[in-house]
Amino acid sequence: MALTDAQIERYSRHLILKEVGGKGQRKINEAKVFLVGAGGLGSPSALYLAAAGVGTLGIIDADTVDLSNLQRQILHTTDRVGVPKVESARQTLSALNPDIRINIFQDRISSSNILNLIRDYDIVLDGSDNFPTRFLVNDACFFLKKTLVSGSIFRFEGQVAVIKAHEGSPCYRCLYPEPPPAGLVPSCQEAGVLGVLAGTIGILQAAETLKEILGAGESLANGLVMYDALDMTFRTLKTRKNPQCALCGPNPTITTLLDYEQSCTMPSAAGNPA
Amino acid sequence: MPITVRIPSPLRKLTGGLGEVQTKADTVGGLIDALETAYPGIKERVCDEHGTVRRFVNIYVNEEDIRFLTSQDTPLKDGDHVSIVPAIAGGCA
Repeated sequence: MALTDAQIERYSRHLILKEVGGKGQRKINEAKVFLVGAGGLGSPSALYLAAAGVGTLGIIDADTVDLSNLQRQILHTTDRVGVPKVESARQTLSALNPDIRINIFQDRISSSNILNLIRDYDIVLDGSDNFPTRFLVNDACFFLKKTLVSGSIFRFEGQVAVIKAHEGSPCYRCLYPEPPPAGLVPSCQEAGVLGVLAGTIGILQAAETLKEILGAGESLANGLVMYDALDMTFRTLKTRKNPQCALCGPNPTITTLLDYEQSCTMPSAAGNPA
Repeated sequence: MPITVRIPSPLRKLTGGLGEVQTKADTVGGLIDALETAYPGIKERVCDEHGTVRRFVNIYVNEEDIRFLTSQDTPLKDGDHVSIVPAIAGGCA
């Protein structure tokens, strides 16, 4: 599909990059990206992916906008407190770029709905706030051979990884075989998070997503980026496929989706600050 | 030149807020013990009751995961950088 005059103008700064150009911009316009969470990480990712012209964005989030979200969740606004986050996201993103299709789901992601939700998308961005969801998204992406761009934040620190286990690189379980027991790792709600950190990590996720769409540059499929805002350090650690991985190893024991207890972020964990 | 250890946010309460500490050790296992002596409580956060590094904590010597080296027997030399990297989940809702 040829770009319209308005699209040529809108995406002109992409079009003059030889790594993007008209061909790359059409890839972006035809790409379908699914975002798990319209919160701290999902907000900046979704804004930049919409601005870049990603043709279809799917977004799932069960929550409504809360005043305490606005310190970092830049998709949402003060006058939308109480509005479903996905609805607020749709309003913000369609105002930014009316060209794109936005599919919203006000729901919790679970083993019963995830496969149908992500099936028609190319890339999944995980910006969820708990371990059970992270393992579920990893497993579902592996079963459906989807590229997963994972980001997570905690206090002043963030991590980004690109997971393409279906292409032979490590999965999230190769990195972390199991979720920590409930209570051992406090959630952001309990431990706090520097708002702008969500921006840094969410935008790194958006950048890696665009690179995957374009096939440009060096993929992060064999690395884990750690960012420390206080020290102002970025470190890229090597990740390797675990030959004993229960999901993507040669003798898998995980062959269906598992539901871990949604207990990681429950208030009971508050008594065990790290 | 000692070994530099990167302490992740969740463990900094134990290091008096320090994100980086220096210590001396010949192996990763020895390093964990040295950290425990200097900052009591750190070992039980990093290791399980058998003294094995917990499955949601990764330790890297320079850029390599010790699970793909020789785990806690991985030798250390002066000037090495060790990173303790726990899984983190925040999105943040």
